[in-house]
Amino acid sequence: MIAVILICIGVLFNIFGCIGLIRLPDVYNRLQSATKCVTLGCCSILLGAAFHFGIGDAFFKSLLAIPIIFFSSTVAAHALIHGAYHFGAKLDKRTVKDDYKDSVK
Amino acid sequence: MKYITLFILSLVFWLLLTFKLTLPNIIVGTVASGICALFFGRFFITNVYKLLQPQRYFWLLVYLVVFIWECIKANFDVAYRVLHPAMPIKPGIVKVKTTLNSELARTLLANSITMTPGTITVDIIGDNLFVHWIYVRSDNPDVYTRMITGKFEKYIKNIIE
Repeated sequence: MIAVILICIGVLFNIFGCIGLIRLPDVYNRLQSATKCVTLGCCSILLGAAFHFGIGDAFFKSLLAIPIIFFSSTVAAHALIHGAYHFGAKLDKRTVKDDYKDSVK
Repeated sequence: MKYITLFILSLVFWLLLTFKLTLPNIIVGTVASGICALFFGRFFITNVYKLLQPQRYFWLLVYLVVFIWECIKANFDVAYRVLHPAMPIKPGIVKVKTTLNSELARTLLANSITMTPGTITVDIIGDNLFVHWIYVRSDNPDVYTRMITGKFEKYIKNIIE
């Protein structure tokens, strides 16, 4: 039962992440929704899988996958946003502040 | 010394991940962790005896609780901004100063910032972190520095430095 609830929460957050990916205006904001919602969604699904299978090899494997996803997705987000800025992706027109511009040159 | 520690850690990790204690599996794991230790050992923490100090694990647990709470809050925050019809966003890149010194601590701080409400680390130059913020709440550098890094910095300092 608890496994089903966790997996449902995970799927729900993944859907939110995907909606954000479509609705938000520029690369930077899209990455925000893509990393945060999808990471918690995947972690929740993995936790649900761990509870579903009980103590055993699947349990330890899914628990180990959680920190791997955490570190890889944060590092990937950082690499993508850094790359996007240096490639010259435009910030959205609602942007209020850009301290980074002066430091790059 | 740090090469040996990294080797042992990656071997334990491999055995947990594959979860079989057969001879071929152990041999493959030994070779793989040997290669890992050889290539990535120089990025590992210099003083491995810090791994044996129990108070660091206590702070790690406290940090994990704070971090998971912040992470869940982050998700509801982003989900709210995404689902709201008018999309209340006010993005910007702000400069934040950090007091942490070691590379590992800064990496951990940058990762934590990426997972907290509406912020992604763009770059680190010197002592300054550049953070993309989906909703800039304040114009005062002191205030937003405290809002972004204040929650994690003291725990990370206790864990790593």
